[in-house]
Amino acid sequence: MSIRILVVDDEPDFIETMVKRFTFRKMPVTAAPSGIAALKLLEAEPFDVVIMDVRMPGKDGIETLKEIKKRYPLTEVIMLTGHASVESGMRGMSLGAYDYVLKPVDFDELLEKVRKAHERKLLNEGRNAPR
Amino acid sequence: MMQQDDYQRLRLKIIATTLAFSFVPLLALGVTIYLKTESVYVGKVYGNLRTLVENKKTTIDLFLNERISQLTTLAFTETFVQLSDEKYLEKVFSILQIHSKSFIDLQVIDQEGNTVSYCGPYRLKDVNYSQEPWFNMAMARGLYVSDVFLGFRKYPHFIIAVTRREGDQSWILRAAIDSDIFDTLVRSVHLGKSGDAFLLTSENVLQTKPRFDDTILEKIEFPRFSKFSGTRVEEFAVKGKTSLYAMAWLDNKDWLLVIKDDPREELLPLYQARWLLVFILFGGTLIIIGGAVFIANSMVRQLVRSEREKASLDASLTQSSKMAALGKLAAGVAHEVNNPLAIIMEKAGWMRDLLSEEDIKASPNFQEYADAVQKIEFHVRRAKDVTHRLLGFARRMDPLRDDINVNILLDQTKSFLENEASFRNIEILADYDRGLPSITSDASQLQQVFLNIIDNAIDAIDKDGVITVTTRHDKDAGAVVIAITDTGKGMPKEVADKIFDPFFTTKKVGEGTGLGLTISYSIIEKLGGKIVLQSAEGKGTTFTITLPAH
Repeated sequence: MSIRILVVDDEPDFIETMVKRFTFRKMPVTAAPSGIAALKLLEAEPFDVVIMDVRMPGKDGIETLKEIKKRYPLTEVIMLTGHASVESGMRGMSLGAYDYVLKPVDFDELLEKVRKAHERKLLNEGRNAPR
Repeated sequence: MMQQDDYQRLRLKIIATTLAFSFVPLLALGVTIYLKTESVYVGKVYGNLRTLVENKKTTIDLFLNERISQLTTLAFTETFVQLSDEKYLEKVFSILQIHSKSFIDLQVIDQEGNTVSYCGPYRLKDVNYSQEPWFNMAMARGLYVSDVFLGFRKYPHFIIAVTRREGDQSWILRAAIDSDIFDTLVRSVHLGKSGDAFLLTSENVLQTKPRFDDTILEKIEFPRFSKFSGTRVEEFAVKGKTSLYAMAWLDNKDWLLVIKDDPREELLPLYQARWLLVFILFGGTLIIIGGAVFIANSMVRQLVRSEREKASLDASLTQSSKMAALGKLAAGVAHEVNNPLAIIMEKAGWMRDLLSEEDIKASPNFQEYADAVQKIEFHVRRAKDVTHRLLGFARRMDPLRDDINVNILLDQTKSFLENEASFRNIEILADYDRGLPSITSDASQLQQVFLNIIDNAIDAIDKDGVITVTTRHDKDAGAVVIAITDTGKGMPKEVADKIFDPFFTTKKVGEGTGLGLTISYSIIEKLGGKIVLQSAEGKGTTFTITLPAH
């Protein structure tokens, strides 16, 4: 079962490498350079897990998170933060994010969190599925 | 901040001002009252003397007048022939003596100076006076009053001579008068201990016997006064002694009546008042000086205290605003560094991913690549540690609120470090206040602070030394005070000033990040406490942490 991942960050080098590394692990991944682009992509196709930076120009991570949770409550979001970390991470979690990861990211840790987020999504889907 | 000298100057200024403003009016009041009293009193003393001398003068004048009148009456009622009869003269003399005992004798002298008749205790029957100056003066003027002299009688007396012209011949009725009467008259004045009264001729010859020193008929040292009417009261020195003199010339004779009084005696009450005044002024001055010093001292003390409080408040404000600014800066830098770090990390990760592929494993430099990637990842993690600690220093997380017994927390912290300490032969002593109240604070953050400081203390000592951990309850401030003292090398003031700054470290590169005390500072600040240090180079350092008790 493959996990559909969307990586959202304003650093092109970062998302490029992320895409390469997920692809290397045979995981389908899409990249978006901004919150707005991410929302557009979500409109077009569903994603299981969104990995998103908190601080981005234009629509920032927290606002995009609110939007995603409003429109696609089942999609799990993992926040990436290089900023005053714990606080903004916690704030993201209170808004419905699955977890947060501090930048620079330990990829294995991130991978683990992505898997867990997907598991939770599956659980939630099962609970909400019509009988 | 004012210097010690400035305080001293301010203190003196306050004292001087207070003294000037209280002492000057006091002095002015005292002196004015004294001068006023003095002038009134001296006026009164002078007035008394003036009255006295006037009365005496009148009395003496009256006496002389009476004698002269008696003689004149006698000379002009009786004839030369009648009075030449000694029996008759004796009769008249006894009548005179009924009125006045001061007549010594009575004598009739013809115009040639021969004694015609005499009545009295001496034998003067054959005396011729024609060569005497008084005889000629009496003949010329009709009336003559002599100065006091000893004469034939060898007894101080004076004479009154009255000349009468009867037909073509003149004759003189002459009476000797005992001058003792003047002594009595003059000296009946009630005077003080050193007071005196006497009569002087215009040549300053004493006509009465004074109470002290001089004898009668002696010429004395006394200023010359030309005849003046009325009375005079003056203060001047005679023979080096200053006295008050009241003087009046007699009407009937050129004699000066002098009443002498010791001004010190007369003015004694005034001098007493002066001493009282001096005493009061002195006492008042002492009280004022005491008050001024007291006021100045307490003002300066108050000032020093508030300056010190202000200085320490300023210092802590400066420190906390510096910390806030540094926190922002650190967070900004950390964040900006984190993004490139994240990319480096991912790139390195990607390289590691690629290295796992078969064909690259065959490359002769495979191991080199793998090592390089591993090193890159290791050092990125190291950098990440730094940025995350920086962010940790800057973050504002609400501290937890636990009930903490600081003594127990310190014991726990100590136990973590005791191994390391004993390895370096450092003893950690505990001096706890057993009655320390529990405080509400964040135990893990506090522990981090204690660990940091004790760890630093161990580093400061290096080997062989003592660390003393003291706790006290400051009831007045409602605070718990924790002091951690080491016997280490201490630090100069320049280092102490910067000790809480981020990245400031005295340790070797790689051994410390220079963030430990910065974080400790921000933790204590957030917990509502204070952290200060005192350090003496070569003696050691004391960190004092004050936490609110509740």
